[in-house]
Amino acid sequence: MTTTTMTQQATTFHVALDVEAIRADFPILQRRVHGVPLVYLDNAASSQKPRQVIDALTRYYEQTNANVHRGVHTLSEEATAQYEGARAKVASFIGSCCPKEVIWTRNASEAMNLLAYSWGRANLKRGDRVLLTEMEHHSNIVPWQILSAELGFEIAYVRVADDGTLILDDLPKLLARTKMFSFTYMSNVVGTINPVKELTQAAHKAGALVHLDACQAVPHMPVDVQALDVDFMSFSGHKMLGPTGIGALWGRRELLNAMPPWMGGGDMIREVHLSGFKPSELPWKFEAGTPAIAQAIGLGAAIDYLSQVGMEAVHQAERDLTAYAMQRLPEVKGLRMLGPKAEKRGGLVAFTLEAAHPHDIAAVLDSLGIAIRAGHHCAQPLHERYRIPASARASFYLYNTREEVDLLVKGLHKVVEMFTF
Amino acid sequence: MDLYAEEILDHYKHPRHYGHLDAPTLVYHDRNPLCGDEIELELKIEDGKVADIAYTGHGCAVSRAAASMMSEEIIGKSLEELRTWDKEDILDLLGIEVGPVRLKCALLPLKAMKAAVWGLGEDEAGE
Repeated sequence: MTTTTMTQQATTFHVALDVEAIRADFPILQRRVHGVPLVYLDNAASSQKPRQVIDALTRYYEQTNANVHRGVHTLSEEATAQYEGARAKVASFIGSCCPKEVIWTRNASEAMNLLAYSWGRANLKRGDRVLLTEMEHHSNIVPWQILSAELGFEIAYVRVADDGTLILDDLPKLLARTKMFSFTYMSNVVGTINPVKELTQAAHKAGALVHLDACQAVPHMPVDVQALDVDFMSFSGHKMLGPTGIGALWGRRELLNAMPPWMGGGDMIREVHLSGFKPSELPWKFEAGTPAIAQAIGLGAAIDYLSQVGMEAVHQAERDLTAYAMQRLPEVKGLRMLGPKAEKRGGLVAFTLEAAHPHDIAAVLDSLGIAIRAGHHCAQPLHERYRIPASARASFYLYNTREEVDLLVKGLHKVVEMFTF
Repeated sequence: MDLYAEEILDHYKHPRHYGHLDAPTLVYHDRNPLCGDEIELELKIEDGKVADIAYTGHGCAVSRAAASMMSEEIIGKSLEELRTWDKEDILDLLGIEVGPVRLKCALLPLKAMKAAVWGLGEDEAGE
């Protein structure tokens, strides 16, 4: 299926991806758009799926499909085993000891809402503070804003420097009265990889819990919740080669155990009587109704795929590609990249062009088969901070190549040519 | 490519009636927060007709071209007639296929113009 080859260069041990072999696993990469090959550079928005994941979904529906947990019949037992097996894969993939610490959700946004509503409701009051950052995705801002309006606690923000890194001089002051420090591992706009261990240490020292938005991290690099020492973490399946409709909230079991139930209904209960109910134990306490069984199994297959390729290899390949892109992009007239140098970021580059608005950039590139994203990428506060209405963003994954970066640059030259006068 | 036909690019690079009027009768400001297109429209009305028009703002080529083409068309038209203008009129002017995502860009100048001629407040315009 896939191979990674090891080469030794001087004293660095460099694990290279066999990108050709990987690309052959992704049917959609054969697509043509407007008569030319697809160049998919919108991975921060969503990732493509290898045949292995697509087949896992099909196989489930063709051979195993049944509702989970209750059934005594064969299909139900098999479905349950595969579904809970997928949960165990997730736990292991992120360095958690225990599958019961992995709560299935529809996506990371739902995970963050669960956290705000369940943990937040039980633990926050007027006088408390929740600390976020200016670079957060709306899904890590709005749930807290909604709750703050209801409960009266304060929300503060760690500021972002011009180069896209967090300004940490006044962090101790910001952490005062903070019960929850919720921040992103890697920004989906400026690409900055934040110093999670350092930030978590500071938060814990100040008596705050830490939630990590790992949407752009879990798909792209090794993540170990025990090594990072965070308390909660959210991520989505569709950004890591998995299907849409599945994501997870990971949390320390002591914390999850202390949280009140979120959605009520079937499966999250131990008993129901007319007079009331007793909630189930972890993880099912937070999972009401028939879950996204096929999708969870699909995510399990995605994790198998990524584990075989190796997350360190994926991370390195993306960093190399991004460094190459950041070398070539300045050749385009009037192009301004947002965020830090290649060494401090993951695999994406957002930028603006003097000659054209991001929508126009994206439309012209689309006509050349190139998919990028234009807009504010669900990070309006960050765009306000940079005083720009919108940006264009190219984001890479394990199946992207240097040739594709070359095509992007060529396409951008065309945009400049078309819109300059 | 279709979306950026010669005419669209021409209007983007040389927008007609771009700027300000000395003593506008109606002024309306609108924006598309999702993509950052913004327009401030000024109309001079005499005898119930548009005597002059100007606009400023920034945005993508589609919104700029739509504003420019619309500005040429509506001079001399009566307020009554302009109140009946709808999305088809703008799309006919642009003369190109506009997908659902860019439709909001194309319709921003129209929205501002209609709000102005209906005398609506800045928050009332809506869809």
